[in-house]
Amino acid sequence: MLQGWVIVACSIAYLSVLFAIAYIGDKRADQGRSIIANPYIYALSLAVYCTTWTYYGSVGRAASTGIGFLPIYIGPTLVAALWLFVMLKLIRITKTHRITSIADFIASRYGKSQLLGGLVTVVAVIGVVPYISLQLKAVSNSFTILLHYPEIVMPARSAALPVMQDNTLYIALILAAFTILFGTRHLDATERHEGMVAAIAFESLVKLVAFVAVGAFVTFGIYDGPGDIFGRAAQVPRLASLMTFSNDAASYGSWTSLTLLAMLSVMLLPRQFQIGVVENVNENHLRKAIWLFPLYLLAINVFVLPIALGGLLHFPDGSVDADTFVLTLPMAQHQELLALFVYIGGLSAGTGMIIVETIALSTMVCNDLVMPGLLRQRWWPLHQERDLSGLLLAIRRGAIVAILLLGYTYFRAAGEAYALVGIGLISFAAVAQFAPALIGGMFWKGGTQRGAVAGLCAGFALWLYTLLLPSFAKSGWLPVEFLRTGLFGLDLLAPQRLFGLDGMDETTHSLFWSLAANIGAYIWVSLAARPDVVEASQATLFVDVFRHTQSKAGAQFWRGSAQVEDLLPLIGRFLGPARARVAFERYARAHGAPSVDALHADADLVHFAESLLAGAIGAASARVMVSSVVKEEPLGMDEVMNILDEASQVRAYSRQIEQKSRELETATRELRSANARMQELDRLKDDFVSSVTHELRTPLTSIRAFSEILLEDPRTALAERKRFLGIISAESERLTRLVNQVLDMAKIESGKIDWQSAELDLRTVIEQSAAATQALFRDRNVSLALELPDEVPVVRADRDRVMQVMLNLLSNAVKFVQPVTGRVRVKLSVALDGLRVDVIDNGPGIRKDEQILVFEKFRQGGDALTSKPQGTGLGLPISRQIVEHFGGRIWVESEPGKGATFSFTLPIHPERGAKEGVRRTGP
Amino acid sequence: MILRGSLTGQRLAGIFLFGWALFNYPLLYLFNRPLAVAGVPLLYAYVFTVWAALIALMAYVIEKRRDKS
Repeated sequence: MLQGWVIVACSIAYLSVLFAIAYIGDKRADQGRSIIANPYIYALSLAVYCTTWTYYGSVGRAASTGIGFLPIYIGPTLVAALWLFVMLKLIRITKTHRITSIADFIASRYGKSQLLGGLVTVVAVIGVVPYISLQLKAVSNSFTILLHYPEIVMPARSAALPVMQDNTLYIALILAAFTILFGTRHLDATERHEGMVAAIAFESLVKLVAFVAVGAFVTFGIYDGPGDIFGRAAQVPRLASLMTFSNDAASYGSWTSLTLLAMLSVMLLPRQFQIGVVENVNENHLRKAIWLFPLYLLAINVFVLPIALGGLLHFPDGSVDADTFVLTLPMAQHQELLALFVYIGGLSAGTGMIIVETIALSTMVCNDLVMPGLLRQRWWPLHQERDLSGLLLAIRRGAIVAILLLGYTYFRAAGEAYALVGIGLISFAAVAQFAPALIGGMFWKGGTQRGAVAGLCAGFALWLYTLLLPSFAKSGWLPVEFLRTGLFGLDLLAPQRLFGLDGMDETTHSLFWSLAANIGAYIWVSLAARPDVVEASQATLFVDVFRHTQSKAGAQFWRGSAQVEDLLPLIGRFLGPARARVAFERYARAHGAPSVDALHADADLVHFAESLLAGAIGAASARVMVSSVVKEEPLGMDEVMNILDEASQVRAYSRQIEQKSRELETATRELRSANARMQELDRLKDDFVSSVTHELRTPLTSIRAFSEILLEDPRTALAERKRFLGIISAESERLTRLVNQVLDMAKIESGKIDWQSAELDLRTVIEQSAAATQALFRDRNVSLALELPDEVPVVRADRDRVMQVMLNLLSNAVKFVQPVTGRVRVKLSVALDGLRVDVIDNGPGIRKDEQILVFEKFRQGGDALTSKPQGTGLGLPISRQIVEHFGGRIWVESEPGKGATFSFTLPIHPERGAKEGVRRTGP
Repeated sequence: MILRGSLTGQRLAGIFLFGWALFNYPLLYLFNRPLAVAGVPLLYAYVFTVWAALIALMAYVIEKRRDKS
C-alpha cells in the first residue's frame, strides 16, 4: 500500500491543508478577525522549537545517553518561569520600535548600527543553515525508509544519487515555494504573518499527536506498559547503564551547560524570536504560554525513553539507526497507517522549522545585509525608483530560495557525516552568542555598539574554532591532525582542549570559552568608551521601555527640519505608494490634521515615518534612508542627557503637581467656605453695629428732646417737669440696660465671661425672680402664678445668669400681655433632657416665622422700625447663650392670638452639660 | 495591579531557582542510582515528576493571579 505515489500524495495533501489554514488565517487577519489571537495558538506555535531533531533525534540521543537529551527541554521549562521579566520586555520593545528580527533588535539597540545587524545576520545564517540541512535530511530519510516498506533499510548515502534524482532537492524546492507563499505574499509593515502562525500551531498539534500515538503504540502495543520495557531493559547490562548517568563532574557539567544552552536558544534562535516575539499578537498570551509551552515539551518527551529502550530491545543487533526508531518500530509491526502518520508528523516537525526559520533568516538577510549594501552602492540609483516594494519582496524570495539551497548544498556535502548529527547543539551554541548583546542591552544602559561588536566577534570566533571547525575535521573536510595539534601545531591551541582545558564535552567546552570571551569583551569594551548620542538614547528607550511606552518617546531625540513631500514618497518607495498614503492619512486623522498635505513635518512625523520604514527594511537602513531626505541637527551628548533627565524629572514633577493640585483644590474649597462664613459674620457685625446704634439713638433722642424742653422753657409746670424728668430717668435706665446687655453679649460671644458654677435649686431661683418682678406685674395689673413641684433635682449652673434668664422671660411676658386680663404662669417640671421651665402667657403670640428669629440679636416681637420698641432686642439672645452654655436649650411655642410659651431646660447632669455648653459657645 | 503583576513575576522567579536546584548537582546526584520505583528507573521517575510539578506550580501561580483580577 505504501507505494511512492501514496506517500508523495499524502505529503502534498498535508502541505495543501497547511496552506489552506495559512490562507484562511491571513484572510481572517485582513478582516480583523484573527484566528491566532488566543494564548493556546501562541503556546502551540512556540513549539516550533521541537523540530525533527526532537521528533526523531531525541530517541536517538536517548538510545546513547539515557536522559542526556532532556536538558534541551528542561532548560526552556525553567527559563519560561523568567519570561515575565525577559520575554515580556522583548515583546514590548519589539512592538514599540517595530522590530522585525533578532538582528534588527540588536542593531536597533546599539544605535541602529548596520554593522551589528549584518554581523548578527551572518552568525545566524552560518549557525542555522546546517540546522536546516538536518531537517531536510530527516524528511528525506524518513521518506526513503517508508518507501522501502515492508523492508527496513537504512537510507543509502544520498550523495551517491545524481542531484537531479535526489528527492531531497525537490523537498527543498517545494518547501521554498511554500515558504514564499507563506511568508512573502505581501510586504507587511510589521513583519507579521498570522496565516503562517496558524499553520505552525497546527503543525505542532500534528507532531505531538503523532509522537504520542507512536509512543503509546510502542509502550502498550508492542510491550506491556513502561514497567515491562524498563524491566526487560534492566536485564541487559548495556541498556541498564542508560538508566543512570555516570557520576562524574563532566556529566553534571554537560547537563548544566546543555540546560543553559537550551534556555538561551529557546529565545534566541531566529525562528523562536520570530514566533515568540515578532508574531506575538498580544502580550497577555505570554502568561498562559509560560506553563502551556513547558507542558507541551513534557508531553512530547514522556514516551522518548520507552521508545528508545523498546527500539534497542527490538533491534538488538544495532542494524537500525536509533534516530529512526519512531518510524521503524511501527513498520516492523506492519502498522502501515501509523507509520504513514508518523512520517507526516516528522514532515510537520521539519516543515514547521524550515518555514519559520527561513522566513526569519530571509527578513534578516534582506533588511540587514542586502538592503544596506544596495543603499550604499552607487551604480544603481535606487533613489530614483518610485516603488521599491517589489524589489524588497524579490530580495526576500531570493533569500528564501538561497537559504534552502544552501541548506541542501550543506546536506549534500555533509551527508551522513558527523557534521550533521551534532549540528543541533552547534546551532544552539551559535545563537547563544547573541545573549550578551541582547539580554545585556535590555537591562544595562552601559552596553555600547563597540562592546556588542567585540563580544559578538570574540564569541563567534571561539565558537567557530572550538565547535564548528572540529566538526568539519571529524567529517573529514579538515585534517584530523587539526583536532589533536591545533592551529600552528600548538598543543595549547588544540580546539577541543583550548589552553589545556580538559575533561569537558565539546559543547560545554566551546560554550564556556565562547561565552566567557563574548561577555568579557562586551563588558570590557563597553566600559572603555562613552556611547555616542544615538546609542545612549536607544539604550534608554530599550532599557526603560516600560516607562517610555508611547510611540512619541523616540521623537524627543530628533531635531531638524523635514518636508512631508519628501517623506511620503520615500516611505512609498518601500511600502508601495498606496499603502504609504493610507498610513500617512491614518496618522493625519489621529493627529487632528484635515489631510496629509496639512501635516506639519515635525519630530513626531519624522519618527513615525522612520518606524514605518523600519518595519519594512529594518531600523538601521530606515535611519539611513530617512536622514537622506531630512535635515537633521545633531544633538549633543549633553542635550540627550538633558532630555533624559528632563523626561524623568517631568514625570516626577507631574506626579507632584497632580498631588499639589489635589491639595490645592481641597484648600480652595475650605477657604471658600471659610470666606463665606467670614462674610456672613462681617454682615452680622455690621447689622449688629447698626442695630445697636439704632437702639441707642431712640432713648438718646427722647432724653435730648425732653432735656431741651426743660432747658428752653423755664416756665414749665412742676408736674410737667416731674413727668419729663421721669421719662429722662427711665430712658437713661434703658440706655444703661442696653449698654450692659451689649457688653454682656460681647463678653459671652468672645468667651471672656466669668461663669460661676454651683449647685442650684431652680425653685428658689424662680421664686426669687418672681419676687424681683413683682412690682412690674403689679404696675401692669397682670397676674403671675407659679407651679413648682415639691422637690426637684439640683442643677449645676450660675445662679445670677439663670436668674437673668428668668427675669428676661418674665419681663418679656409682662410687657406683651394686656393689662388686667393678662396672665403669666411659670411651670417647673422634670423632663427627659433635664429640668424644664415654662413661662406661659396669654398675650398676642408670635408668628411661626418669627419664633426662631426672636432669639437672634435685635429681633424684637413686632416690627422694630414702626412700633415703639418694647425691649432692647438682646434679652432673648443673651438668654439663649446662657442656657446653651449650661447644656440646655431654649425655644418658644406659640400660635398668634393664643399666647406664647417660652421654655428652657437645664440638664440634671450638669457636669457634662456644662462642658458641652462651653464647647458650643467656644470658637 | 502593577504590584500584583510583579509579585507573580517574583513567584515565578522563585520557581525558577527552585527548579534549577532540583535539576542540578547535588540534588540530582541523590537520585542517580540504579533503583526503580514501580518499575520505572528512579532517575527517570524523579526528573519527570519534578518537571510536571514545576509546570503545575507555574500554572497555579499564573492562573491564580488571573482569577483575582
